[in-house]
Amino acid sequence: MTTLSDQAVPADHVNSANQATANHVTPAQARARLLTMHHGAKVGHIGGNLSAIDAMLHLHTRVMGPDDVFILSKGHSAGALYIALWAAGMIDDAELATFHKDDTRLGGHPVAHWHPGIRFATGSLGHGLGLAAGVALGKRLQGAPGTVYCLLSDGECEEGAIWEAALFAVHQSLGNLVVLVDANGLQGFGSTAAVASLEPLADKFAGFGLDTVEIDGHSAAALDGALGGRGGTTRVIVLRTVKGKGVSFMEGRMEWHYLALSDAQYAQALAEIGA
Amino acid sequence: MRNAFCDALVAAAAVRPFAFLTGDLGFMALEPLQAAMGARFINAGVAEANMVSVAAGMASGGLQAWTYSIAPFVYARPFEQIRNDVCLHDLDVKLVGNGGGYGYGVMGATHHAIEDYGVMAALQNMRVFVPAFAGDVAAIVTRMADDPHPAYLRLGRDEKPADFTLPAYAPWRKLLDGACGVLVVVGPGAGPVLAEIAGLDPADRPELWVLSELPLPALPPALLASIAVSQALFVVEEHVAQGSVGQMLAHTLLLAGIAPRRFEHFHAHGYLSGRYGSQAWHRRENGIDAATVLAAVR
Repeated sequence: MTTLSDQAVPADHVNSANQATANHVTPAQARARLLTMHHGAKVGHIGGNLSAIDAMLHLHTRVMGPDDVFILSKGHSAGALYIALWAAGMIDDAELATFHKDDTRLGGHPVAHWHPGIRFATGSLGHGLGLAAGVALGKRLQGAPGTVYCLLSDGECEEGAIWEAALFAVHQSLGNLVVLVDANGLQGFGSTAAVASLEPLADKFAGFGLDTVEIDGHSAAALDGALGGRGGTTRVIVLRTVKGKGVSFMEGRMEWHYLALSDAQYAQALAEIGA
Repeated sequence: MRNAFCDALVAAAAVRPFAFLTGDLGFMALEPLQAAMGARFINAGVAEANMVSVAAGMASGGLQAWTYSIAPFVYARPFEQIRNDVCLHDLDVKLVGNGGGYGYGVMGATHHAIEDYGVMAALQNMRVFVPAFAGDVAAIVTRMADDPHPAYLRLGRDEKPADFTLPAYAPWRKLLDGACGVLVVVGPGAGPVLAEIAGLDPADRPELWVLSELPLPALPPALLASIAVSQALFVVEEHVAQGSVGQMLAHTLLLAGIAPRRFEHFHAHGYLSGRYGSQAWHRRENGIDAATVLAAVR
């Protein structure tokens, strides 16, 4: 299976609105840039960023066009969003250097009112899918083009608002909405199995009537396949991912929801990523 | 006021695009709006948190969105969606709550809204509208529709005396002259006060003002002058003291260096006896009914 980590993202394939300034970034380089940014700021939330970054990078540099909207419902993966926007040429190095510092626009969770690629401030879980449904229905009512992509975490699916929105999306036949779920199996204080018996998650979405597929969340080919052939129903793509993907001592470890990298860990992580 | 609200939005729908979402309420009231709006009238189901997020999503794409339910279900149930999705982004979303204050009476406390406008007024970018009479609703709906910011509308029951001629809508309005202090009423409770004192000689009644918008609009010079002369200010509202107009007014006056010798605040206390009744019954229990207030004022 082809993985995003194996592929470069050539600038001429970039579909983002600001593609003229897109960086030529490999997914491995994007991972390294994420770690450098987090290490520089000495902040955590790294594990969930590494599980989600492949999908976010692929969407922002290979899939989305100017009419599309991305909503990061799992706002604690803001770092991966900033890197995806950076890879798409929509955030520059100087901005990235302010991450998590005083007087920044790159907060630990996305903040509003400054960037066209960050439509909503998120971070309180459970909000993104309803917002995305509203954007999608608004587009339909206004005859506007474009697809709305919304990335959830699996633990976030314990929020009731997610299921209110799922019911609504099905009922309204929101075919211009794609929901991605970063199913890394770990949440804040345990596994999703131990905390909420969350599985089978795909069956739950399918049971609501959503057009649901389940793929390797680190596979470009799988994601491209899952994004195709959509009809008049909201597509849900359950991304089977690994928390801390790409860094041996982080993979599948709940503590990397919180921890910041030491200098030695940072060096080891960069070496493993091999960017 | 529901019918006046429906009429106003039907008129608005003829001249401007917007979406209307209801949390499965409006039976025997909003059918004309449903017929007028077609696909833009959306029954979002019994899922108010999602309804508000959906409205925010629509507004983020430039489509004004109105949401509607019984008051507590539109301001309290989806509070975080209002705070984060709507207000933080300063989006053009309107929240309409029917049955402000003790309006749902004996239906019980879950259906009351006695801390709504204080909570809403505390949020970033939020405007609050509390019509006193059904005749205010059309003007307020127009103001809300013209203003591309979040807004909360507290609807109540029209209690205007039939023979009283309502002055044109304004955030602050003087309804009656009077010499026995200044009485400020928020919302429909002005109606029963009018019924009690409109026929009295001005020398024997308070000067009556009604307030319908928050954040507190600038105090009219005529109101300030009357407070200065009478040195007596009374505030009546169907809302708890915390976050109330009474508190806002006192704060504003003190900042301006104005401190009337007498200030009395008639406000909701909640459920003093643990018993329930009509809206009028709850007003009496809380001492915010016209007879109790006027007995204290005079």
